[in-house]
Amino acid sequence: MPSRTAQPLLPPGPRYLSGNEAAAEGALAAGCRLYAGYPITPSSEIMERMAARLPEIDGAFLQMEDEIASISAVVGGSWSGSKSMTATSGPGLSLMQECLGYAAFTETPLVLIDVQRAGPCTGQATKVGGGDIMAVKYGSHGDYQVVAFSPWSVAEMFSLTVEAFNWSERLRVPAFLLAEEATGHLRERVDIPETVELYERDYRPGEAPFGHPEADGVPSMPRFGQGENLMVTGSTHDDWGFRKTEDPVVQDRLVRRLNQKVLSRADDLCRYEGYELDDAELVVVAYGFTARAALRAVRLARAQGVKAGLLRLITIWPFCSRPLAELAGRGASFLAPEMNLGQVAGLVRQAAQGRPVHELTQVNGRSIAPRAILQKIGEVL
Amino acid sequence: MARALEKYLRPQVKATPFCPGCGHGVLLGLILRAIEGLEQEGRLAWSEMLFVSGIGCAAWIPSPNFKADTLHTLHGRAVAFAVGAKAANPALKVMVVSGDGDLASIGGNHLIQAARRGNDLTVVCANNQIYGMTGGQVAPTTPVNLPTATTPGGNPYRPFDLCKLVEAAGASYVARGSVTRPYDLIDYLSRGLTTPGFSFIEVLSPCPTQFGRRQRLDSAAAMFDHLRETCRYYVETEPEAETPAGGFLLGEFVHGR
Repeated sequence: MPSRTAQPLLPPGPRYLSGNEAAAEGALAAGCRLYAGYPITPSSEIMERMAARLPEIDGAFLQMEDEIASISAVVGGSWSGSKSMTATSGPGLSLMQECLGYAAFTETPLVLIDVQRAGPCTGQATKVGGGDIMAVKYGSHGDYQVVAFSPWSVAEMFSLTVEAFNWSERLRVPAFLLAEEATGHLRERVDIPETVELYERDYRPGEAPFGHPEADGVPSMPRFGQGENLMVTGSTHDDWGFRKTEDPVVQDRLVRRLNQKVLSRADDLCRYEGYELDDAELVVVAYGFTARAALRAVRLARAQGVKAGLLRLITIWPFCSRPLAELAGRGASFLAPEMNLGQVAGLVRQAAQGRPVHELTQVNGRSIAPRAILQKIGEVL
Repeated sequence: MARALEKYLRPQVKATPFCPGCGHGVLLGLILRAIEGLEQEGRLAWSEMLFVSGIGCAAWIPSPNFKADTLHTLHGRAVAFAVGAKAANPALKVMVVSGDGDLASIGGNHLIQAARRGNDLTVVCANNQIYGMTGGQVAPTTPVNLPTATTPGGNPYRPFDLCKLVEAAGASYVARGSVTRPYDLIDYLSRGLTTPGFSFIEVLSPCPTQFGRRQRLDSAAAMFDHLRETCRYYVETEPEAETPAGGFLLGEFVHGR
């Protein structure tokens, strides 16, 4: 796999940035050279920073007429050879869903940063939400996979954006930074690293661009203008891109490979952190901004002698079942605090082998306070 | 297809996907002739071309027939994909080929916004005045009163004048031709490809299968005759030339701005 070490555009050392600004810098460090987007609260600062920064490095910035056009331009830009991205929030994510499926089906690398706000619909545009967990995975029709990471800090808005680009390019799959308004607008310290490790797209001249002999293989990724005479299509296609809209074997093999190429690498993709888990009887399973409050609550519970721990999920898709199954096997029970009505709790339940999974749901446009989690820990133990 | 143009076609493609009497095959050949002419004059190279299309019959003109980079996109979104592809690699010569329903209905906003911004694209709109692939439903280009699959009592709405639409939006080159007058179209396509900025060529293309049979024009010959009889040339000194009912003005409306 082609990889290289690169220097971020910002000089190394501590900076004081908002999460949205850090995500833009992470994208630039990852080699993003095309941004197409449409303004939407609370993600617009990403777009504004890209508008200022991309022209400095001969990149392309496009403000499009809507979110549908934005992600369409990102796909076009990606096939022209640029690492490409967009950012949006709830209503924009809904508009992008058809083209998200196009990107998955044509194996187009792209990064989409979703800065979640309180939904559904227009909801509370300036308030925090976490209700897009299922939408980023299941919002487009048909069976497909995405990669999604959930940052809990401004530092991770930077580092996980780099990671999203790397996995997107490596697997030729859409990758999400599934952020939340609270992290996007949070200002705190981020240490810009000396270097970042980047995966570059793997072009193997003359190889089939849409098929692979292995059932979970990732094909070569050429670009327009290389003389490959590419046929990119969102219709069912054979290894070379010819439409095969009536062939059951081609359809079945393609859909299965596109899913398997992500799922078979779930262990590599799966990232999480554990706090106080060794003897934990109650494991708080949290992600994103909520994990900050959850860690505080676990520390307070420990101070009271309660055997609580935190499993912080960093990878959301593909979902990390293995650490949950191990904890369940040790007899732990679970508590999932979320800024939605239990979207990840349901996934935890599937992995928890029948152990109790408690929910703390909050959809009032505010982040969950540590004391609310601490109180819930007391109730369920 | 003339043997000389076979160099532009994928050898694996053996047959046309289009119905008998469809004008899209003619348009396919005219696009290739225009490009061949420009290549011979050294003004363009086939290897620079990227063809982008949406969904519908006309989207199959370049994909998979043309032996070039082709991007067959979502319904309505061809222009938006093309804008991104061109921005990431300005050395590409990007031509969008799609239908009237794709470009002017579901994709109408992308079309006029790209014209407004002056994105350096050549957009070829094959206008058959109806939704062909899905079975003859009314389009934003369907004439008033025509019965369609979704207006059985006749279309109650006015059609778009697509050339006026993109002209008002700021396009740099705007022309309308008909496959019944192929040599003019080769000129329009060539000028569209060589005019910087947003170029738009509307191409009247008969659809006997879905459009013609709803008004007793259900043979290729009848539709070609109808187009020949009802189209008039736009003359700049007499811009308000009268066209017969259901007819079109043909010609170049904007050339370079």
